[in-house]
Amino acid sequence: MKSIIPVLTVVAAIFALWYAFAVVLNAGWAYSKAERAGVDLSFTEMVKDTMKQEKPRLPAPHQVGVEIWKTTAEKKVTSKRSLIYHGWITLQATALGFAFGVGLGILLAVCIVYFKVIDMSVMPWIIASQTVPILAIAPMIVVVLAAMQVNDIVAKGVISMYLSFFPIVVGMVKGLRSPDTMLLDQMKTYSASSSQAFWKLRLPASTPYLFASLKVGVAASLIGAVVAELSLSQNGGLGARLLAGSYYGQTIQIWSALLAAATLAALMVFALSAIEKVTLKRMGMSQ
Amino acid sequence: MIWIIASLLFWVVAIAINVHLVRHKVPGASFLVPIIFGVTILVLWEGMVRGFNISPVLLPPPSAVGVALVSKTDILLQDLVQTFFKGALTGYAMGCGSAILIAIAIDRSAFLQRGLLPVGNFIAALPIVGLAPIMVMWFGFDWHSKAAVVVAMVFFPVLVNTVQGLQATDHMQRDLMRTYAAGYVPTLLKLRLPAAMPFIFNGLKIATTLALIGAIVAEFFGSPIKGMGFRISTEVGRLSLDMVWAEITVAAILGSGFYGLVALLEKRMTFWHPSQRKTR
Repeated sequence: MKSIIPVLTVVAAIFALWYAFAVVLNAGWAYSKAERAGVDLSFTEMVKDTMKQEKPRLPAPHQVGVEIWKTTAEKKVTSKRSLIYHGWITLQATALGFAFGVGLGILLAVCIVYFKVIDMSVMPWIIASQTVPILAIAPMIVVVLAAMQVNDIVAKGVISMYLSFFPIVVGMVKGLRSPDTMLLDQMKTYSASSSQAFWKLRLPASTPYLFASLKVGVAASLIGAVVAELSLSQNGGLGARLLAGSYYGQTIQIWSALLAAATLAALMVFALSAIEKVTLKRMGMSQ
Repeated sequence: MIWIIASLLFWVVAIAINVHLVRHKVPGASFLVPIIFGVTILVLWEGMVRGFNISPVLLPPPSAVGVALVSKTDILLQDLVQTFFKGALTGYAMGCGSAILIAIAIDRSAFLQRGLLPVGNFIAALPIVGLAPIMVMWFGFDWHSKAAVVVAMVFFPVLVNTVQGLQATDHMQRDLMRTYAAGYVPTLLKLRLPAAMPFIFNGLKIATTLALIGAIVAEFFGSPIKGMGFRISTEVGRLSLDMVWAEITVAAILGSGFYGLVALLEKRMTFWHPSQRKTR
């Protein structure tokens, strides 16, 4: 609790910087407007103008706030201009990709822990796979999957999956290997079978690791979904809003889409931490 | 048909060899096994594409990608210089450098530390690539805007890791420095920065892949007529996927190489850390 004041201070400092930058970056346009109108602009007038331009280089925080309010609270949820509508599309793709990623990640981790061949042959490639800038090849994957008559949302999900499975594999392998020799020997003295050792020892022991990597994975899978939408923009989504905003120079729209994505990421990570807390408490693992 | 059967056969043989290598602990197995696995995937890919007559517009066989790699080296090289050396590397150096410097500055104030760590962690999880269109608007189409996106992407992971690393010394060690009458600067240079190195390198390694991604994605929003991201998006439009895969191969090698280089540097500089010692 004692970190609330420092955090608020930092956030306030970020907003102050944001306003300062808005003035600096938008000043040029304000002066050139005044010059064409043939008026002299005093400093305060200039600052006032930078706060309410229509297509500012950097919109002031309150402009973005107003835009977000307009596109969430004042629009119908089904409207194509509603951020909630676009956020929902992105959220679906994220959730699907995240589910794929978690499934694939856990499966791979179990195989890696139990089969030495798979560990040795696949693990280096899994690490190498993450150095491939998947976001860069997202457009191509989207084209290929579209040609194979795959649903758009699945195509987005595949890209999210690729980004989210990695932290889960790494975390789960660590977690499944976390019980030490003592504990494994103990299971042996109970004459527990290999599957019993998995369900009663290894899997429960890996839960804290799983949650830590789930939180990283969900943020990664949101990034994947947003970037996939840059190439699949006809169906909407926060990525499509970003792209449309950048085509038409609607900076306020870009920033509001970005903030919406940020909020979505924060909400998902927050929800996962809440589940983590309850689960670990029930399992008697919380400190 | 013959292609499918042949590649499947190759697969089975490769698995058998790998199992044999692992079971009998053949020297060099840790090196051979992943290579055999990688080659198997390439052979399977080639066999399936030819066997099922998959159109090269969807998925080109690896041989076609190889041909593109060799025959269009000049274009690939030009793209590489534009995207990697001008965009990604400049941004990487600027972003990581400023993050480390600012982390050292923050470190003097416990108040700022407590405030910045949660905020930094939060920002590090955000889709910062989304800033790409804005940066292109601010800094123009050339590599400057790409470098700016890279700076924004690498800054917070490195900052958070460095701040954490600077806290990694314990009381005993700091007290020892005090008994030597060491001031702030000697303590920082001789104790705290070295102790923070494993953390800093962790951030630097995460940043390598982020830098490449940032530079390539930023090119989707506007670039001069060269660059890897530009090439990928235009060649997808022209349906010459062999060229796209060739760019991807270059990017993958580049990404792994960059990561490997930083990892090597880490090994050299933090040889004393338990995780780097040889396990016996």
